[in-house]
Amino acid sequence: MRLDLRTLLVLLLLAGLAMLPLAAALAGEPYWMRFWARVMILALAAVGLNLILGFGGLVSFGHAMYVAIGAYAVGILRFHGVEGGLPDLLLALVASGFLSLLIGAVCLRTSGIFFIMITLAFAQMSYFFFVSLENYGGDDGMRIASGTRLGPLHLQDSLTLYYTSFLLLCAALFLSWRLVRSRFGMVIRGARSNQQRMAALGFPTFRYRLTAYVISAVICALAGVLLANLTLYVSPAYTHWTRSGELLVMVILGGLGTLFGPLVGAVVLLLLEDVIAHFTQHWQLFLGPILILVVLFARGGLLGLLAPRGKAASSGGEPHG
Amino acid sequence: MSTTLLLIQTLNGLQFGIMLFLMAAGLTLVFGIMNLVNLAHGSLYMMGAYFAAAGASWSGNPLLGILLAVPATLLLGVLVELITLRSLYQRDHLDQVLCTFGLILFFNELARLLWGSAAIPMPIPEALRGFVTLFPGLIYPKWRLAIILVGLLVALLLYLLISHTRLGMLIRAGASNRPMVGALGVNISLLFTLVFGLGAALAGLAGAMVAPLLSVEPGMGDPILILTFVVIVIGGIGSIRGAFIAALLVGLIDTVGRAFLPALLRELFQTQSASTLGAALASMLIYILMAAVLFFRPRGLFPPKGQ
Repeated sequence: MRLDLRTLLVLLLLAGLAMLPLAAALAGEPYWMRFWARVMILALAAVGLNLILGFGGLVSFGHAMYVAIGAYAVGILRFHGVEGGLPDLLLALVASGFLSLLIGAVCLRTSGIFFIMITLAFAQMSYFFFVSLENYGGDDGMRIASGTRLGPLHLQDSLTLYYTSFLLLCAALFLSWRLVRSRFGMVIRGARSNQQRMAALGFPTFRYRLTAYVISAVICALAGVLLANLTLYVSPAYTHWTRSGELLVMVILGGLGTLFGPLVGAVVLLLLEDVIAHFTQHWQLFLGPILILVVLFARGGLLGLLAPRGKAASSGGEPHG
Repeated sequence: MSTTLLLIQTLNGLQFGIMLFLMAAGLTLVFGIMNLVNLAHGSLYMMGAYFAAAGASWSGNPLLGILLAVPATLLLGVLVELITLRSLYQRDHLDQVLCTFGLILFFNELARLLWGSAAIPMPIPEALRGFVTLFPGLIYPKWRLAIILVGLLVALLLYLLISHTRLGMLIRAGASNRPMVGALGVNISLLFTLVFGLGAALAGLAGAMVAPLLSVEPGMGDPILILTFVVIVIGGIGSIRGAFIAALLVGLIDTVGRAFLPALLRELFQTQSASTLGAALASMLIYILMAAVLFFRPRGLFPPKGQ
């Protein structure tokens, strides 16, 4: 990892996140912990999405579905009185893995804008499916009685949840760093630039892409489990298309196809929301134009701004057609 | 389940489909010709509804409100195109998604700021209140019938515009080969602004006409936006004809499915949960349709030639 300005800033950010509970305790602001835990959980989901969006050039407009699956796994098990962490994780990971394998196999037959729309379609179906689960709260969603308990760790405790999220986020960043530089990652990135050529070279790009899709879905489901522990509540709104849109925005805002882009995007987006909301309840009136300005003037996202000249972050161009 | 009910629901589906067509026509042109993913199309629809409601309460005449809403939305669309979207045509789809997502946030909040979070009322024009007897035993709200007729009229005008005028010829040419049209000396950026304004006016008309049927509130454009995308993807991006057929298909399937599927499943399985399952399934129908269409015809039913 070359130590340029960007990497340095991000490492500082991670160090800051590691120290934050101390600062929150000293300042007597327990709200900070909840806020930053949420930032890290959504950043985790965005890191998952970035695997296929940034590196694979596959624009999924439905990844909030997998976050919702993770959250519902916790909610449904608790509803039936199943305690303990292993069932939570097992159900979330198996359900999201299996579903993403099926859905990915259908979606990956299309490309470009059609891929965007078909992933959106599946997410919408899951939305109406969750609405129809009347036993589990239907439209209104349901409260979750208790958090996930993993051995001595009880995720309902905010400090435990905070550091679990932090470690999982770091692990996901490390995983995606290793993955992108591996042979597997080369194939995924190669297929983004020119799928036909990769296929002609003899790589079964479909299988590679499907694997990447499943990995990214499972990471999102993991984020969903954490999110359920943070809010102790789950509802169909978790898979609403605007949530998927928010994940997309985080990745693009931070810098598409960069390792730390999703983290930076999540931090900046949620921080902007929070800060502007302090001054006016009409925070979206300002957030919207800020997003537009970033698109118009900061190509390659915020990390692209910091990139050395001539080495701007590659934007994930997709072949149109 | 009586025939009358089925007929009424079919008409409702038709009305919904026509409304979707008004939305989809603009979106599919903008997408097909300018290659622009415009998530803010739903916001233009919402602004159209607000303009109509505001115009109606200002002038005391709902019809005048609707007539004012169309040019107002056109103007708004042209402004949006000139200020933000113009520089995005050559960019990645993702940049467009991000930018127009920002526009959605902005417009939803603007509506909340100007008119409040609560729904505001929009009356039906006086002459078109009440019901009309289509034939003995079948009465139908005049206003919904008016929407169907206006929509069909607009579809006809669009057809004439697209296939029998010089502007339409340029639009069709732009949809199948954009660089070539530019190379032939056509002022592409003016054409783009015109097409975008046209799409915005149609979205405004759709919003203004359904405003009395729905509640005019911030965010009302978001669900309709997704349905519109479903329509243009099923129809084939850039094809007005495809958008028309797909819009009617989606409108009918969605409305009739919602009306009858829950009852049908309850008849079959005799349980309450079958009914809720039916409701969920009815909401999913159009997405299942879209997934199926894309599976078998990955470019939609009527993709424009030459792409």
